[in-house]
Amino acid sequence: MPESITQSIETLVHNALAELGEAHDSQTLDQWRVAYLGRRGRLTTILRGLSQLDLEERRAAGALGNKAKRSLEEHLDRRESEIRQVQLDRSAELDRLDVTLPGRPLSMGRLHPTTQVIREITSAFTAMGFSIVEGPEVEWDKYNFEMLNIPQGHPARDMWNTVWVDYQNESGERPMLLRTHTSPMQARVMEATKPPVRVIVPGKCYRYEATDATHEWHFYQVEGLAVDEGITFADLKGTLYEFARRLFGEERRVRFRCDYFPFVEPGVDMSIDCFACDGEGTSGCRICRDSGWIEIMGAGMVHPRVLAGVGYDTEKYTGFAFGLGPERIAMLKYGIDDIRLFYSNDLRFLRQF
Amino acid sequence: MRVPLSWLREYVDMSLPPDELAHRLTMAGVEVGDVIEIGSWDGCVVGQVLSVRPHLQADRLSLCQVATGVDQLEVVCGAPNVAPGQKICFARVGAVLYNTHTGRHEELKAARIRGVVSEGMICSELELGLGEGHEGIVVLPEDAPLGVPLDDYMGDTILELELTPNRLDCLSILGTAHEVAALTGKAVAHPEVAYPEGGPAVGDGVSISIADPDLCRRYTATVIRGISIGPSPAWMQERLTRAGVRPINNVVDVTNYVMLEFNQPLHAFDYQRVKERTVIVRRARPGESLTTLDGVERRLTSNILVIADANDPIGLGGVIGGANSEIGPDTTDVLLESATFDGPNNRETAQSLRLRTEATLRFEKGLRPELAPIALRRATQLIQQLAGGIVDQGIVDVFPGQEDSIKPVLLSAGKLKRVLGMDLEIGEAQRVLESLGFDCQLTGESSLLATVPYWRNDISIEEDLVEEVVRIVGYDSVPTTMLSTPIPYHQARPMTRLVAQVKDLLASAGMQEVINYPVISLEDLQRVVRDDEVTLPLRLSNPMNAEQAYLRPTLRASLLSTLAVNQGHGEGPFRLFEVGRVFNPRNGELPEERETAAGVLAGRRAETSWLTADGLLDFYDAKGVVDSVLGRLGVSATYEPAEDPSFAPGRCARVLADGTTLGVLGELHPGVISAFDLNAPQVSLWELDIDALSGAVHDTTREFQSLSRYPVATRDLALLAPSDVPEARIEQIMSQSRIVTSVELFDVYTGENVPEGSKSLAFHVNFQSRDQTLTAELVNRALDGILRNLERQVGASLRS
Repeated sequence: MPESITQSIETLVHNALAELGEAHDSQTLDQWRVAYLGRRGRLTTILRGLSQLDLEERRAAGALGNKAKRSLEEHLDRRESEIRQVQLDRSAELDRLDVTLPGRPLSMGRLHPTTQVIREITSAFTAMGFSIVEGPEVEWDKYNFEMLNIPQGHPARDMWNTVWVDYQNESGERPMLLRTHTSPMQARVMEATKPPVRVIVPGKCYRYEATDATHEWHFYQVEGLAVDEGITFADLKGTLYEFARRLFGEERRVRFRCDYFPFVEPGVDMSIDCFACDGEGTSGCRICRDSGWIEIMGAGMVHPRVLAGVGYDTEKYTGFAFGLGPERIAMLKYGIDDIRLFYSNDLRFLRQF
Repeated sequence: MRVPLSWLREYVDMSLPPDELAHRLTMAGVEVGDVIEIGSWDGCVVGQVLSVRPHLQADRLSLCQVATGVDQLEVVCGAPNVAPGQKICFARVGAVLYNTHTGRHEELKAARIRGVVSEGMICSELELGLGEGHEGIVVLPEDAPLGVPLDDYMGDTILELELTPNRLDCLSILGTAHEVAALTGKAVAHPEVAYPEGGPAVGDGVSISIADPDLCRRYTATVIRGISIGPSPAWMQERLTRAGVRPINNVVDVTNYVMLEFNQPLHAFDYQRVKERTVIVRRARPGESLTTLDGVERRLTSNILVIADANDPIGLGGVIGGANSEIGPDTTDVLLESATFDGPNNRETAQSLRLRTEATLRFEKGLRPELAPIALRRATQLIQQLAGGIVDQGIVDVFPGQEDSIKPVLLSAGKLKRVLGMDLEIGEAQRVLESLGFDCQLTGESSLLATVPYWRNDISIEEDLVEEVVRIVGYDSVPTTMLSTPIPYHQARPMTRLVAQVKDLLASAGMQEVINYPVISLEDLQRVVRDDEVTLPLRLSNPMNAEQAYLRPTLRASLLSTLAVNQGHGEGPFRLFEVGRVFNPRNGELPEERETAAGVLAGRRAETSWLTADGLLDFYDAKGVVDSVLGRLGVSATYEPAEDPSFAPGRCARVLADGTTLGVLGELHPGVISAFDLNAPQVSLWELDIDALSGAVHDTTREFQSLSRYPVATRDLALLAPSDVPEARIEQIMSQSRIVTSVELFDVYTGENVPEGSKSLAFHVNFQSRDQTLTAELVNRALDGILRNLERQVGASLRS
């Protein structure tokens, strides 16, 4: 094979690759391809000139020429994708965003804080086998008071200032009212069910009371009731202790003090140690007012007269009941200082939860 | 109830710090709301005025030499009542006192007053914080010990009890003393009662009868003759004042004092003014009236119990005395009453006359009849001591209700275990009960019989004794256990679940939950419902205010009011919902309470943003919410045009499922918008009856549909339809084809190039088969069928 052909192919490849490195757009690339690899391109021309060589030389030079062609084609492909990448990078560079601009607003709905807290409370109890039941907000005196061991004329009625419904029965009595607590459901559930009973009753209640930062005439309660053979005050303590831990943390301690509700005996009031000052009662604690303890709910063992009133055998069955205010729990948890905010429905308040 | 510790200590030895005592009482059920300190008079001692001479430069001032026990000082004093020999409250320079000129507590400085240096001050009530009196200095009893710090001599602590209605006993100092004794392991010393009875037999001087024994179980009385009315001694006045009772005169003060001491309200009549020396306890007669001690003439009804003489009422039994038998400065003979009145009747009288007195506070809770003669003798003793006179022999005791006294109560260790879940020896229970004043007899190895002391009225069953025991031993001693009984079977109440689900779906659809009072005014109600649509809603007898007098039969009015309030704070978007009860009256029954959901949408469609186009929330936003929520619940709802005066004409739809109305949806009538002062040009509102919805949800049981393996073919269809053909009807016709899986409306157009009375609708129609790949021919054949049906049924055709 003449030295000159080998030489000219190698020179050609060398020059071609050098030119290719200078190409920065697809148009130049195209020109390059035509110049070297096109039908009248330089490599094609060289290869066409091989026909004058003898067979042996032609074969060797042909192989060399084909190898050069493949190499140029490979380099062309590589260069093409390089240039495409650079172009993409450059155009992407022009499409940079201000990532600090606000996103497209979505309308997110929320549940009322009372709904949220009631769910938190009820789920703590449903995990302990309590079922959710609900009862009427408009009640008879019979369920709201009498069956709860609060007969007509009982001085304990002063504990529940009542909003009455303008309704008179045939005997001239006015026994319809807005329930003052969720406790009437104790009587209603037991009237309708044989023991065992284990229920939780969330719902609205009403009192004829002036409103201020800590009093609302319209509020919610969550009532609980468990009745069966062998239920004791110790079980009441355990259940409410577990509840307190779920809502306020594992380290919480609870404390019970004697209190009076006519439908329980013994009756107690449960406090938790203050989660704000860790029960230290350090001076200036806004949550527990320096006492170290926060009253959370009333509770007690169901009064035998209440059990007897629904036809339960008081020698066989015992039970406990409790009641708490979700607004108070929410106020404690979130540091809300005015209960009137709950039902004035100002979105600036509701959107915080 | 205010309990001065100085008074309490007369009956029980008590050395605990007041805060610790307050804590123990509170834990045991006698809540101490406040511990009030009287004193903290550093630098003040009992002093004595040795001499008084006039101040030369000022007529009203005098110069006093005061002995302090350690020295003598000269003091300027402006009080008119200062006199040599008096024991007084002396404040040295440096004492912190209430300054009557500045109205603040300030340190007392040596002051030059009109040329004379005053080295201290003789104090009035005001400066010591004992009362309002500033005209004169406080004059102490002659036996006040000279030089003793004032705190030690007359400092005190008052426990302010916040009692639950069952703890009547702690409305008295002695009752509280029993509680304190049990909590501190001390004993109670009752005052000794004995007095000479030098007069005639009491029965000769007065005739007493109870005509209505159902309202008066016991009536006891004494007569004291020849007394002199005057002020009661300082110690009694001080105790009464600290307990919150204003001193009046020695006889009246004794009745109040014994009431505070023993709990028994007493009443003193001027014996000479009781006609025919006759007392009849009876119901008032028709037409009777009585001017009571507060100067009010009261018309009496037959439910009211009166104390009458031979002719007329002279008092309202257990409530207040009559002016016609009032003790006055000239009274010489006293008829003293100590009776037991019926609690419920007493309470009813107090409520009907709006007259709650210290007496009714006690009687309404049911005092024990055993108490009446005990308190009577104590008061008789004190009246004789303080006002002199001679007591008639014996007491009158009319006691028709003897059999009703509280019976002894049995307590067993088994009951303690059953209720508390702890083992407690019966002997321990006995110790606790006896410390509270119960008289216990063991009736076996593990039970006792407890006689309830006369000052307690709240113990009648075994559980009451269980509480007595546990509240004293403390609840911390009860173990803490988990419920070990089986969990009762229960299926969640469907309505509770559905309400929770609806709330969640509405929130995820971008709606904010609100909770309103369920009461509205009739005016607001009439703005949102047709008069003929509802019967009159239930009215409250004592609403919080006139705007909240009716129980709502719809959520609409409350929601619109809430929207109005919030529109004051911004431009929206407002997407509010409420799920609550509405109340439909039923004859002779409690109202029907239906769970209802409602929402309002108003204002801008989105928060201000650099991205989003403007636009106001409208009918179709509301419909989107309703339809998405219903769809997610598996309810396929239909919407029919409806007319409702609350909504703009032609902008209201009835929401139905399976032919049942679920609710309504629409844009409000401009009249309603303005009636509620809403400021959006358009407000959309929807209301769904969740009770009705639960029926529709129940019917749709979910069943899995296998996914088709064959491709979807889509054709776009532009139709020309008469304007009055509802779009839903066209979709329905297209969906009848077996292989149409869904129809998507993407354009509605009227105007240029669309003939008058027509509208142009454009759809994507999706075809898919469950068992083959659809050929163009199959799809075209189905399309032809659809077009034929459209043409025939509603006159719609392909738009050329």
